[in-house]
Amino acid sequence: MPDSTVVGLHHEEEQHPELLHHFADAEQQRDASSLGMWVFLATEIMFFGGLFCAYLIYRRWYFGDFAAASKTINMGYGATNTAVLICSSLTVVLAVWAAQTARRTLLIGSLIVTMLLGLTFLGIKGIEYRDKFVEHHVPGASFSFQNEPIPGHPGQYANPSHAQIFFSLYFVMTGLHALHMIIGLGIFTWLLTMAWKGRFSPEYHTPVEIGGLYWHFVDIVWIYLFPLLYLIDRHP
Amino acid sequence: MYFAVFFALLLGTGLTVFAATLDLGRFNAPVALGIATVKATLVALFFMHVWHASEKLTKMVVVGALFFLLLLLGLTMTDYATRPWS
Repeated sequence: MPDSTVVGLHHEEEQHPELLHHFADAEQQRDASSLGMWVFLATEIMFFGGLFCAYLIYRRWYFGDFAAASKTINMGYGATNTAVLICSSLTVVLAVWAAQTARRTLLIGSLIVTMLLGLTFLGIKGIEYRDKFVEHHVPGASFSFQNEPIPGHPGQYANPSHAQIFFSLYFVMTGLHALHMIIGLGIFTWLLTMAWKGRFSPEYHTPVEIGGLYWHFVDIVWIYLFPLLYLIDRHP
Repeated sequence: MYFAVFFALLLGTGLTVFAATLDLGRFNAPVALGIATVKATLVALFFMHVWHASEKLTKMVVVGALFFLLLLLGLTMTDYATRPWS
């Protein structure tokens, strides 16, 4: 049986060091990782879905109050942040492409730009939260929302306790989204370290793809949060 | 390809801001959600590579997740959206 031993040894040598022994080949391993990430994202969809459901119910009940509260959030910050996240999604696909085609400089550059855009998003978000604190629009003992007109209904003013529900949803939804951004920055720091060490190759770059899926998902959540929270009723 | 999707997403953002300043009556929300859904679909299909996913199972998980999300939102709304005004 010396022949088969030689063949076996040869096969071992060909295997990529990142290929785990319980997978038949690298493609199966990559598909399994990708599928696992998608299952995780499915649980994330349900996680955010519950909040979106609560939002839809209260928005129906207190539409005028929600529109009045929505109008006090800075639309410019929200739109800028949407553009920032779309740019970061582009740099993420560039990073994945760079990993696939063994372009190390582009990979590292794209990861760094993605993280800078993520930090920009969080910075703008921080300014926005600060404005809300200054205006006493943070739910709690010092919440105040007096004499805020309901758009489209001259002479009517928003009910402060209904507006407080809007701001509760606003802070929980954007806060949970921001937490995901912070976790994403952590994942990308790790990806950057791995890329710096030259651990990724066209044969093995699954972490970049998986991290990219996460980042795009967080972008999609924002794509819905922006019109729902910032743009309820903006016509003059 | 990626750049085409990127510009489409930026265009969608501009469009949704513009649409919010118009008085479309009861169609404001559907237009905003429609644009958001087109953008989300573009991101999922092309940036997240669902379109070219090698595994059918991945596509099934995506469709399954969306199906259960629609059950959650849809069935809830069949109750709340059809209650008589009080």
